[in-house]
Amino acid sequence: MRTFYDEISQIAGNVVTVKARGIGYDELAVITTRDRSSLAQVIRLEDDKVSLQIFAGTEGVSTGDKIRFLGHSFEVPFGDALLGRVFDGSGRPRDGRPEVKAKAVETGSPAVNPIKRRVPNKMIHTRIPMIDIFNTLVGSQKLPIFSVAGEPYNDVLARVGMQADADIIILGGMGLRHDDYLTFRHRFDEAGVLGRTIMFIHTAADPVVECLLIPDLALAVGEQYALQGKNVLVLLTDMTSFSDALKEIAITMEQVPSNRGYPGDLYTQLARRYEKAVDFDGAGSMTVLACVTMPGDDVTHPVPDNTGYITEGQLYLRNGRIEPFGSLSRLKQLVNGETRDDHRAIMNACIQLYAQCDESREKREMGFELSEWDTRLLEYGDKFEDKIMNLNLNIELFDALDKCWEILAECFDPEETGIRDTIVKKHWPKKSRRTKAEPQVETVKS
Amino acid sequence: MIGQIKAVFGNMVVAQTKDRVVKNAVGYCVRHDGIKLLCEIIRIRGDSVDLQIFEETRGLKVGDRVEFQEDMLSVVLGPGLLGQIYDGLQNPLPELGEKVGYFLEPGNYIHALDTECTWDWTPKVQAGATVMAADTLGSVPESIFEHNIMVPFGWEGQYTVQSVAEPGSYPITKEIAKLTDSSGNEHPVTMEQVWPVKRPLCVAKRRLLPTKPMVTSVRIIDSMFPIVQGGTYCIPGPFGAGKTVLQQITSRHARVDIVIITACGERAGEVVDTIREFPELQDPRTGKSLMERTIIICNTSAMPVAARDASVYTGMTLAEYYRQIGLNVLLLADSTSRWAQAMREISGRLEGIPGEEAFPAYLESRIADFYERAAAIELRDKRIASVTIGGTVSPAGGNFDEPVTQATLKVVGAFHGLSRSRSDARRYPAIDPLDSWSKYVGIIDPKKVKKVHNMLRRGDEIRQMMMVVGEEGTPIEDFTIMLKAEFFDSAYLQQNAFDAVDAATSVDRQRFVFDKILEILEADFTFKDKDEARHALKKISSMFINWNYAPWDQSVIPESEQQEKSKAEEKNITESEEKDKPADKPSAKDGQAIDRDDFKEVLGQIDQYVQSLLKNSGKAKAEDIPESEEKDEVEPAAVSSSTQEDSQNQK
Ligand SMILES: Nc1ncnc2c1ncn2[C@@H]1O[C@H](COP(=O)(O)OP(=O)(O)O)[C@@H](O)[C@H]1O
Ligand SMILES: [Mg+2]
Repeated sequence: MRTFYDEISQIAGNVVTVKARGIGYDELAVITTRDRSSLAQVIRLEDDKVSLQIFAGTEGVSTGDKIRFLGHSFEVPFGDALLGRVFDGSGRPRDGRPEVKAKAVETGSPAVNPIKRRVPNKMIHTRIPMIDIFNTLVGSQKLPIFSVAGEPYNDVLARVGMQADADIIILGGMGLRHDDYLTFRHRFDEAGVLGRTIMFIHTAADPVVECLLIPDLALAVGEQYALQGKNVLVLLTDMTSFSDALKEIAITMEQVPSNRGYPGDLYTQLARRYEKAVDFDGAGSMTVLACVTMPGDDVTHPVPDNTGYITEGQLYLRNGRIEPFGSLSRLKQLVNGETRDDHRAIMNACIQLYAQCDESREKREMGFELSEWDTRLLEYGDKFEDKIMNLNLNIELFDALDKCWEILAECFDPEETGIRDTIVKKHWPKKSRRTKAEPQVETVKS
Repeated sequence: MIGQIKAVFGNMVVAQTKDRVVKNAVGYCVRHDGIKLLCEIIRIRGDSVDLQIFEETRGLKVGDRVEFQEDMLSVVLGPGLLGQIYDGLQNPLPELGEKVGYFLEPGNYIHALDTECTWDWTPKVQAGATVMAADTLGSVPESIFEHNIMVPFGWEGQYTVQSVAEPGSYPITKEIAKLTDSSGNEHPVTMEQVWPVKRPLCVAKRRLLPTKPMVTSVRIIDSMFPIVQGGTYCIPGPFGAGKTVLQQITSRHARVDIVIITACGERAGEVVDTIREFPELQDPRTGKSLMERTIIICNTSAMPVAARDASVYTGMTLAEYYRQIGLNVLLLADSTSRWAQAMREISGRLEGIPGEEAFPAYLESRIADFYERAAAIELRDKRIASVTIGGTVSPAGGNFDEPVTQATLKVVGAFHGLSRSRSDARRYPAIDPLDSWSKYVGIIDPKKVKKVHNMLRRGDEIRQMMMVVGEEGTPIEDFTIMLKAEFFDSAYLQQNAFDAVDAATSVDRQRFVFDKILEILEADFTFKDKDEARHALKKISSMFINWNYAPWDQSVIPESEQQEKSKAEEKNITESEEKDKPADKPSAKDGQAIDRDDFKEVLGQIDQYVQSLLKNSGKAKAEDIPESEEKDEVEPAAVSSSTQEDSQNQK
């Protein structure tokens, strides 16, 4: 027997309050208005007052509308019938094809017991030197791309995603432009992976509550596949839209904001999603790559800031390049000790020198006299940007490392690189231009 | 004591009751499917009780039953804590995993200590003795320690020992003594007891001023910004600056008896690293696995928020317990900001008037109370024991000018501030040597520390000046000072956490290398021009970096000094110097079989090169000598490998 409740006492923001008893916290309901129906979720219980967040928004909701509770929390159908399909934030098909009939799984499962996690150890080769050498991506990592609006972040996301060699690819689009959705679709099609792709898409035109649900849907489905032993890749774009949806709802709920209007639990909300990235001991894995657009190119903005504290590093996209500063893969040391013996040394030396080059550039801008050392740093910086940082490159890790050695040898003496002897001896190019072309800068040079 | 749920909002529940309830006592909300969710009473108003739930509240309904208890949130104390991995409420995670599977389903609680395993009991008192709370009744061996079984800490007054169990092998639940109080009532004692986590546990003759250095093996900390046993320190830093790595390194190498790691609201993956690695790693001082001196408390960011608040107190109480046993304990909390945020989330639902950045008004006092629980104490039997606290802080936007960092800085004894610019430039550990401070005295003579500190400061001033006047406007003397500061930074302050040798530097080695560095910083080099100066100091730096990767050779310290030292040292394992054996070789996991230089050989190269520079300076000062004549004397090798060959040839 299904009971309807229709004593709606309040409609504010996206929240409707109705009189009802015996309702569970977090439970799902359907509200039927004159011209449509929407899912809704219990977000507060107080005596016989039940507050519900309406997924489709409260526009057009009347005090006489009917609410039916479903007796369970938010669910998503799960099964191979999802493959190749596209859904919206309420889990309804948006590709014009019929509803999926499959066993449903609850979203928002509890945290994974850390004991049941494996230490990730599989490097994902992206063939982008700035990632492979300096910010190595590892299977089951959670890694966002921090980007200024206007940068090709979705391209980078798609490109890295295609290289990841995943069994299942899940795209969660939040506030996505329709063009971007089509581009993703096209890229998946081109790469021949559309058949193992599932898309949950919320566009800027859709209700804001549905934006909040996208990561939960994508991650719940991904988690199920991972439990089945599959290696899953989840792409989430743009998590700033997600956070803004959180903010909007928190404000209508009259919560005290903590920082620039964002709710105090932004960290927890983001962490609960990102932490779904996992390498199950005894099952599969889930890697999460996300886009975070930075309002005003400001990393200290609450969204990138909280994200950075949660994720296992970040790729900082700026001026069409992955910035060496600010970018980080926290998992790199789990794999870069086993690639080639010079990997770590090159990784550190190249960035340290590039940092020094930055100082020399500043000097140049100030119009100061440049020392011989400065000129070499400048030369190095240009070469490094051109031959390593360039996002158009598509080369193997070892080739990229060799290229770094070449550049170093063209610009420096070995001891200027700060790389220890034993590594230098093994990898310093035999024919370094510098040693041949000009005499050494020596202690006793007059 | 029973109540009924009236309202549910996030992890807050309001219940109604007619019974007597105790503030801060725990209770259970009973879900309609019978699952019981642990909660704590945080406010009482009339017959309405505010509860924070340590679990997800999904599925709770108005009208559901609440069962209140008398006890406050407590932990179980006794042998068998070492090596455990607990959640914030002291549930053993491995057992939970076995019982529940991949996920931490709400409502599963497991006793914190194994009640079946047996311990070899040795009584230490006899019937008739008079004892009081925290007095030792006997002991059992745990790992390499003698784990004292004490009169429960909460018992007031004096007791007479009526009977004590014979030596033998017993489980922790066995009655090992019977005590009678002054009114003649009998009280059985077992090997386990409970203690409320939010109440400091410290039964001591007196608190001591902490002065004994707590060696972390991280050079910049031990030499420049030391910590002491019983002291406190904090590591604030923006994300990715290296807070966690620094704590991980410390948890491995710190010279203490026991390390308690509280992973508070951060990544699960980082705990997994520790869980998987520690059992494999050997504690060089005991030969046992590192796990046997470690307890991990783990409430990561995806776990319920209220339990995150509990987790730091759980860790703290376990630390205090081992201090009562007479050991030196290090409590690491990563990150205290997540704990503060948990307070914020909870207080936000209580509709209190929030303070700055919506943190509760009591934030500062909570932080102060927490750090105040660290101390070096003299136990009643005169033994010295300590709890040291190191907490990371994750300030929003990396800006230290925020409530949690500021509240923490007011109460700690040392501040290791990580800087974004240092971590961006891969200068690890990214502790800012100019901003950081310590009120403690460490292993290096403070006068020497002051010298290099001044040099660093001066170097920075010159660098900033140079931004204005250019290199050309900087006198070569100043320029050299700046280079020397830079040399000290790269050769000593920076340390590779992922190299088997460089990751940890022993006290002897730090003292030795520091002196060598000071020699160079104070050397009166004279260079012809800036390029020459830069080249020379870069070369010294590069030699020192090679040196850092070379395994330590104790024999560089004169035999006489060594003898003296070992006599002076107590037997206590905290003090005993790890013999940096050449067996310091890279672990198999490291994968890189790196050829390592010989410590003494590199030392020889450094000395030789510095001598040549000094000689050169002397001459250069006298008059400008044509380059050709100098050439053979000064060693102009481009690749420092040839330096090595030369010095070998000369031997
Ligand atoms: N001492 C160090 N040596 C080398 N790399 C480091 C060091 N400290 C940090 N890193 C690098 O920086 C990354 C982030 O460090 P982490 O401690 O996780 O930062 P935080 O906890 O401050 O967010 C690490 O994964 C590692 O790659
Ligand atoms: Mg950290």
